[in-house]
Amino acid sequence: MNATNAVPLPVSLTDNPQLADWIRFDECQKVTLYTGKVEIGQGIGIALMQIAAEELGLTIAQVQLVAGSTVNTPDEGWTSASISIEVGGSAVRLVCAEIVHLFRVKAAEKLQISETELKQIDGVFYYIEKGEGFSYWQLSQEIDLHVPYRGLGNPKNQSEYQLVGESIPRQDILEKLSGPAFIHDFSLPSMLHGRIVRPPHHKCRLESIDEKALASLPGIHRVVRDGSFVGLVAEQEIAVVKALKKASQFIRWSVIDLPAQAPLPQWLISRPSEANVVFEKQQNLPLEAPIQRLRVEYSRPFIAHASIGPCCALAQWQDNQCQVWSHTQGVFPLRANLAKVFNVSQSAISVIHKDGAGCYGHNGADDVALDAALLAKVCHQAVRVVWSREDELTSAPFGAGMLVQLDVSFESDSGKVTEWKSDIYSMTHLTRPGWGDGVNLLAASHLETPLTASEIADPPLEPFGGGAVRNGIPLYDIANQTITHHLIKDDCIRTSALRSLGAHANVFAIESILDEIAQTCGQDPVQLRLAQLADPRAVATIKKAAEMAGWQAGQEGEGDWGRGIGFGQYKNKSAYMAAVVEVNIDEEIRIKKVYAAVDAGLVINPDGVLNQVEGGIVQAISWTLKEQVNWSHEGFECASWEDYPILGFDEIPDIQVCLIHQSGQPAKGVGECAAGPIAAAIANAVSHALGARIRDLPLTPEKILSALV
Amino acid sequence: MNSQKLTVNNHPVTIECDDNTPLLYVLRNDLNIKGPRFGCGTGHCGACTVIVNGNAVQSCDTPMWSVIDAQVHTIESLTKANGELHPLQEAFIEEQAVQCGYCIPGIIMTVKAQLDKYAIDKDSLNADKLETTILHELTERNLCRCGTQFRIIKAIRKVINQFVDEHQEPSQ
Repeated sequence: MNATNAVPLPVSLTDNPQLADWIRFDECQKVTLYTGKVEIGQGIGIALMQIAAEELGLTIAQVQLVAGSTVNTPDEGWTSASISIEVGGSAVRLVCAEIVHLFRVKAAEKLQISETELKQIDGVFYYIEKGEGFSYWQLSQEIDLHVPYRGLGNPKNQSEYQLVGESIPRQDILEKLSGPAFIHDFSLPSMLHGRIVRPPHHKCRLESIDEKALASLPGIHRVVRDGSFVGLVAEQEIAVVKALKKASQFIRWSVIDLPAQAPLPQWLISRPSEANVVFEKQQNLPLEAPIQRLRVEYSRPFIAHASIGPCCALAQWQDNQCQVWSHTQGVFPLRANLAKVFNVSQSAISVIHKDGAGCYGHNGADDVALDAALLAKVCHQAVRVVWSREDELTSAPFGAGMLVQLDVSFESDSGKVTEWKSDIYSMTHLTRPGWGDGVNLLAASHLETPLTASEIADPPLEPFGGGAVRNGIPLYDIANQTITHHLIKDDCIRTSALRSLGAHANVFAIESILDEIAQTCGQDPVQLRLAQLADPRAVATIKKAAEMAGWQAGQEGEGDWGRGIGFGQYKNKSAYMAAVVEVNIDEEIRIKKVYAAVDAGLVINPDGVLNQVEGGIVQAISWTLKEQVNWSHEGFECASWEDYPILGFDEIPDIQVCLIHQSGQPAKGVGECAAGPIAAAIANAVSHALGARIRDLPLTPEKILSALV
Repeated sequence: MNSQKLTVNNHPVTIECDDNTPLLYVLRNDLNIKGPRFGCGTGHCGACTVIVNGNAVQSCDTPMWSVIDAQVHTIESLTKANGELHPLQEAFIEEQAVQCGYCIPGIIMTVKAQLDKYAIDKDSLNADKLETTILHELTERNLCRCGTQFRIIKAIRKVINQFVDEHQEPSQ
């Protein structure tokens, strides 16, 4: 009956099967789409509205969106991992198709005709011959959507699409260019302003505090202390901002116990880790050619999420009920963690999403929600907390530093890889609230009665696509492979999801060594890749990027100019991305041009996808050339933008992105596809220019100099 | 606490505050003008950029004593009462030059200050020169973490070209 029955239902739908969880027909000829997927700057809202409007046969103007609220939206876990369209969008499509079916049947019944005689025009099911019909709104009182999804109705064929596939402008942009638009701009009646006096490292504990002195700072309404958690509250925001700057003189923290920084590979190897073979494949092939072997290691540092807007939350308690406004990526998992902290049932807490600045993964958005809830509880008043710039850059989780050791054998002439061994060392890439049974909120560990965080674990390949091992398995056809994950079970540095997780380092490593092999064998890097790829979509993506760049095999690098390619399929199952990068090198590396080809299957909103890919490219350039978290015994040395520089306006290359049209294919998550390919393409271009290879990110001027010596 | 007079978005206002209170907090909390945003508090990221007496400034480290009697304009002043948008806002929407959008009002104000200056100094009006100046200003003053710069530059280029066309003296 239903063509989609062959495919497992998206988890968003199995977790929230009731149609009314998703769609409600309102007065005034509007329909409201409820989604658990929230806007984090990726333009998800308009794409989901397009899917709903398309299936329901309505205009975009007839669809309203409510996103991310424990009060009234489906629980779709986190908005993460580039699955909002793949999973959330699929759920919306199926629900809407079923709703169309139910309304069509009802309209036919009332008109006493067969469903096939009905034509749907602008939300009205017409019986053309008689000129009669019923709209969604005329029928909505008679159709109970509080029923589970049953697989009725058929989603439209892609060939019928009128709204999906169109670059419909985002609807949230005007307000973001005009005035109040973010959680930071939102106030509650008689709201207080809170700031948290953070320890210099998350493991430090309070040794002494002069609470009286803190309380007597100008304008301070209250000092809230619970164990080593110290919050300041004032009626005027400026008072609490000024007090925070003076607070450290009244507090002594325990000594930081952070293993001294060392070159990253050594540092990571020296930490205790747990080895686990995550993928193994053995095919004994007859040796046809002499074999060569390369054993090299690649690394990337710890990287900060470094949002421009510091984390912010509002909370208020009334009658033992807590309301929290947050820019979290997961309102439901956050609620569950907050309920554990306050030892109340989840129904006592509601979390409502409000837009924040881009987060690029798990930053302090959840942490600050607990901060606000703690202060609001003690103050019996609404409190808004905003993190300082220093907290944003040093107290939020970092993207984990990684080491990828490769031991690769290949045929000396062709460069065909015969054996691939990879050892991937990393701390965890996932400590979000909701990952594991513990409470993963910064302040929870500082309380007088601390709550235990979840046991350290990394997301497995299935179904999450892995954390450290994300993209660790090469897509190339390699007969013998062993991929070993070394999970560093240490939380001396807070780490969690940063856009693309392990894919940045793994694709950088895989695509770098392929170029090293090509160079060893005198092969063209593009040809070497194409010869070892069976997947036609992977082949087409690489070919497209090479064509866009006018790639010429055998073209020599020129010392101050080089070009390189990088390729990956995000999570080995989402969007394909190939990029050719041209670099100019003088004292430092400047990216001149980026040519990128992306195959994301069905594209809901092409301009939105281009925006995400372009942004991903620029962010990846920033990571690859500039970014690294440094630390000393005094803490993290990245407390300001001066200490943690990111790519500036004068460093933006010309970028061309081509979306490869795929008809009939499902949508593939695209938001994080650029990080790995771009890092590799830059490193390969630098090597092409200089004839020297840098295997340790970031590619700083110092490393260029030492590579040349 | 002192009484400070200034003009914000063409409205004269009097504020009771300490001399050293940053302008940003007065705008956001006393005047309920939320377009300028807190990003770093040290004048590095430009999310708080406003125009003071024709110059783009970081309001997070601009003390109130320095803006007495000044003319302050925020992003809110760009939208006319009838809802008509400034060409920069229009271009940013046309190019969809926004990801999260947190930094964008500050970026637009930096650019607007330069456009306004060039409108006065018509002799030096030249699209390439203006673009170079604006890019230099943005590099010095504004950060974007989403990586929207490529589109932002496209949107600005569009406005620069319109702007130079409009402001050039009609040819004889």
